[in-house]
Amino acid sequence: MTRLLAAPEAELVFAALLLTLLAGLVLALLAARSVLTCILLMSVFSLTMALWLMVMDAPDVAFTEASVGAGVSTMILLGAALSSTDVIPSVRPGRFWFPAVACLAAFIGMALALSDLPVFGDPGSPPSSYVGRLYLEHTPHDIGAPNVVTAVLASYRGFDTLGETSVILAAGVGVLLLLGGSLNSRDPVSEDVSLRISAGSPVLSVAARLLIPIICLYAFYVLAHGEFGAGGGFQAGVILAAALILHALVFGVRETMRALPVGVVRSCAALGVLGYASIGFIAILHGGRFLDYDALLSPVFEAGLPSSHLAGGHHHWGQRLGILGIETGVMLAVASTMTAIFYAFAGRVSRSDEAGAA
Amino acid sequence: MLEAIAWIGSAFIIAAVGLSIAGAVGVLRFPDVYTRIHAASITDTGAASLMTLGMLLMAGLSPAAIKLCIVWLFIMLTSPAAAHALAGAAFGSGHRPILGDPRRPSEDET
Repeated sequence: MTRLLAAPEAELVFAALLLTLLAGLVLALLAARSVLTCILLMSVFSLTMALWLMVMDAPDVAFTEASVGAGVSTMILLGAALSSTDVIPSVRPGRFWFPAVACLAAFIGMALALSDLPVFGDPGSPPSSYVGRLYLEHTPHDIGAPNVVTAVLASYRGFDTLGETSVILAAGVGVLLLLGGSLNSRDPVSEDVSLRISAGSPVLSVAARLLIPIICLYAFYVLAHGEFGAGGGFQAGVILAAALILHALVFGVRETMRALPVGVVRSCAALGVLGYASIGFIAILHGGRFLDYDALLSPVFEAGLPSSHLAGGHHHWGQRLGILGIETGVMLAVASTMTAIFYAFAGRVSRSDEAGAA
Repeated sequence: MLEAIAWIGSAFIIAAVGLSIAGAVGVLRFPDVYTRIHAASITDTGAASLMTLGMLLMAGLSPAAIKLCIVWLFIMLTSPAAAHALAGAAFGSGHRPILGDPRRPSEDET
């Protein structure tokens, strides 16, 4: 990964500017009295945060922050804001003191703990000296993936990532239960005006028709490219969900629900996690441990594949298959959960429209 | 030669920065929604194009140049469509453009 900036002085100035901008955005968020303003400020905050993470040489995290924080969650929050009032009520003076004291105490605690953290980029710090170095040294031999982040996330710590994917599914189920998950594709959905931009505009429909396939293709590129550079299942899933949300914004949620019914989306969210876990069980059935991708293919078969590491080559076919398989599961779970949450908010809006019209 | 091309690229990027500042001032100072969208979309298309051109000249013939071209195509496809959607949404929700001399508000202005 090449450095974003050449000179260290320029990097320092840029970092200082970004951090000042982040602090300013937080103050603006505190002062904002409108929900829409808050949502847009949070989107800008996420984008600035992604830039900052890029300066910190963490492109994988920056990518996630940009796609999740600035992209999809903004859309979902906007969908939620439509079924709420826009003005934030001001806090009464009597209720001000306890949160203020609690926040101040937490801030002082963190400021005190800050002195115990290692300096940024310190090679002698605990994360860089034992575990991190071990991963960096062993990844080319064990996994063969050029992107060590993916090797750690998908292979060494595959079990943790399975937990994260399950958390996403559980969060989606929770949101659907809160919003009244009884909406299924057979329910009539009214033509929602609020979430649809400029209904019937030819400019938008042409742009969307051109963009949606490209965005989907890009999602699959990000999925497959995660082994080599920044990317992976989480980002790919969010990008895929963004394409579906774009379709819903331009053509109306009803059209999207016709193309991709609610039931299918919800089943796919569960299927993604199931697929991930079953790759772990296939490894067990082949005599390995849970999520041990080296056991996915039989050694005789794997040695016969072109330039396999078992025959002195550099391709770890079992690992590549396993990583791609679980990343696909993650993508399916993330994209479906995001879409299901968006459907739930959009369906809520259109149902309230229906009630208002009736 | 390469040095000179890189300098020309930097000049394009500085021009893009100037256009961005002009766009930002326009967003803050213009009187109604539509003129502000106009200022913002100049930043989105003009400044972004100049900046991509500058980076293309600095990148030279490399895979990065192809990626920059794709990014430019994406921006040229999305930014005008977004500005169009924004203007359409503003018109749909009842904002009307200020007509005539903005320094002498007529009865059209609300």
